[in-house]
Amino acid sequence: MLAFLIQRVLQAIFVMFVVALIAFSLFHYVGDPVLNMLGQEATDADRAELRGRLGLDQPVVVQFYRFIVNAAQFEFGISYRSARPVTDMIMERLPATLELAIISAVFAVVLGIGLGIYTALRRRSLLSRFIMTTSLIGVSLPTFLIGVLLIYLFAVELGWLPAFGRGQTVRLGDWWTTGLLTTSGLRSLILPAITLGLFQLTLIMRLVRAEMLEVLSTDYIKFARARGLSKRVVNLRHALKNTLIPVITIIGLQLGTIIAFAIITETVFQWPGVGALFITAVRFVDIPVMAAYLMMIGLVFVIINLVVDLLYYAVDPRLRAQGGGK
Amino acid sequence: MSQDEPVLSVRHLRVEFPTRHGTLVALDDVSFDIAPGEVLGVVGESGAGKSMTGNAVIQLLEPPGHVAGGEVRLSGRRIDDLAEDDFVPLRGRHIGMIFQDPLTSLNPLFSIGGQLIETIRTHLPMNEKQARVRALELLREVGIPAAEERLNSYPHQFSGGMRQRVVIALALAAQPEFIIADEPTTALDVSVQAQILALLKRLCAEHGTAVMLVTHDMGVIAETADRVAVMYAGRLIEIGPVDEVIRNPQHPYTRGLMASIPGIEKSLDRLYQIEGSMPRLVAIPSGCAFNPRCPHAQERCRVVRPDLMPAGAGRAACWLHDPVDPLPRLDENGRKEDAHVR
Repeated sequence: MLAFLIQRVLQAIFVMFVVALIAFSLFHYVGDPVLNMLGQEATDADRAELRGRLGLDQPVVVQFYRFIVNAAQFEFGISYRSARPVTDMIMERLPATLELAIISAVFAVVLGIGLGIYTALRRRSLLSRFIMTTSLIGVSLPTFLIGVLLIYLFAVELGWLPAFGRGQTVRLGDWWTTGLLTTSGLRSLILPAITLGLFQLTLIMRLVRAEMLEVLSTDYIKFARARGLSKRVVNLRHALKNTLIPVITIIGLQLGTIIAFAIITETVFQWPGVGALFITAVRFVDIPVMAAYLMMIGLVFVIINLVVDLLYYAVDPRLRAQGGGK
Repeated sequence: MSQDEPVLSVRHLRVEFPTRHGTLVALDDVSFDIAPGEVLGVVGESGAGKSMTGNAVIQLLEPPGHVAGGEVRLSGRRIDDLAEDDFVPLRGRHIGMIFQDPLTSLNPLFSIGGQLIETIRTHLPMNEKQARVRALELLREVGIPAAEERLNSYPHQFSGGMRQRVVIALALAAQPEFIIADEPTTALDVSVQAQILALLKRLCAEHGTAVMLVTHDMGVIAETADRVAVMYAGRLIEIGPVDEVIRNPQHPYTRGLMASIPGIEKSLDRLYQIEGSMPRLVAIPSGCAFNPRCPHAQERCRVVRPDLMPAGAGRAACWLHDPVDPLPRLDENGRKEDAHVR
């Protein structure tokens, strides 16, 4: 178990190193920040002075080393545009993105697995067929269109829910602001959460259904029935556990995607999250923010993958027996 | 056959599969009894309906297959018309089943002990601890060494033979009075086959469990069964005591089947085979299903389907054995032999 854990953590560190390399190379290939920051009237002396202050006159290797050391301490320097520490900017917007992502992930996973099981067990019922047909829409419509349609229907036409923003937020602790404790915050969350989670929901549902159908036709399920186990035990204990093994991987990857691609939903709903911050950064070539965002998304994926591997290990005895190797 | 009421009594069982191209009749008018403690072997080619019979009895037919007629009685009680929810308590408790491939019969994610305890507690009023003790007994009974340690092992940590022992333990956990063993040794090494068969036979004899042993291996039947039923194209065509059927088969198909078994003592250049092949279920000929391949086939065989009639020490579905007007046998040239000479 320990060897397995160490191996996976080392792999994760290596991946983060590569991500850091890519993030770092942004500084060298996406324009010259000194020109952007000082404007046209600056003298060469001013430029050299700023270059020295930002450490841009040092050899590349030294710069990269400092980037890594700083990144390890969650230091990503000063935003070129707003001249504030990047970490602060991300931290104050992270709660909005994380709350949105977590709510839509819960929405997608719970409903996805539930509907997947239902449509697999009641394959021939009318409701199942209806769900399967409707799910095609979720798979094929692009996120921004779903968002716009939802806004049109529920905010513009019916006027039930707000069309943009996060509503009222409450400060928790030093830096976390939450919209989960106010009515307007919760109401504001509904449409973006559905928009962000709908694709994952349909994906998870179709996957669970397909896996479940396959598992239900296996010999061990037939034998479980022949042993006299009740339908409930056979379906929800024996079949579901086997169904979830491949589903765990996909869910893990999809959670990362939810956070990474919150960008589009945040743009559509003017959600004050990290994704919106990133879009602004791209527009103004604010490289430290872009690099920090890249690193953050990389970290999210790496952590999720690590958790998925550990879950596998916990669920599947066949992996445990092989001494932790793959 | 024993004097007691049969454990299992099947009458005119019919199984149909509705398909786009029409209804397939997978089992047609199958009738047999199994007495308490008796081992009935069921043989036939692939697709003859052997496994289908077992699955129909325990109501585990793959949909859209379903029982379309006939009657199944377990210890006198009719069970074929029970709804699924009423049938569940019978499985494992009164009818057990063992499948062909022990490698896939056990759920890979649950420990052997877990699967045993769950089965025991489903059927018997025991708490976790008592069920654990019972599970240990069962594992010892089926000859798993170091049962105590093995209880926490997972299926992949066992060999095929050991897994089939676990499967047998699971099927016998609640001591059902009747077990369907569907090709229980086909997936195993020959050396392990004999052990598993001996185990199955010993356990069932000890508990007085009746067995329906489905296999295509006449060797397995000869070694294990008391009686044998021969199936062809979804029909039962001969049934009788195992020694009699092997030594003196009554139905022309059975005769061909026996002749096609290679023996060690006979050295052959060519294996015997019956001409032609079993008809597909969509194209079963009228009359006797075997008539196109039968060397004795005559007009009546092509028109009227024969029922089982007394033949030798058992019964066979063949007009040669018609008690009223037996058909004359034909010799190799298609000429009538003297009907009184066998």
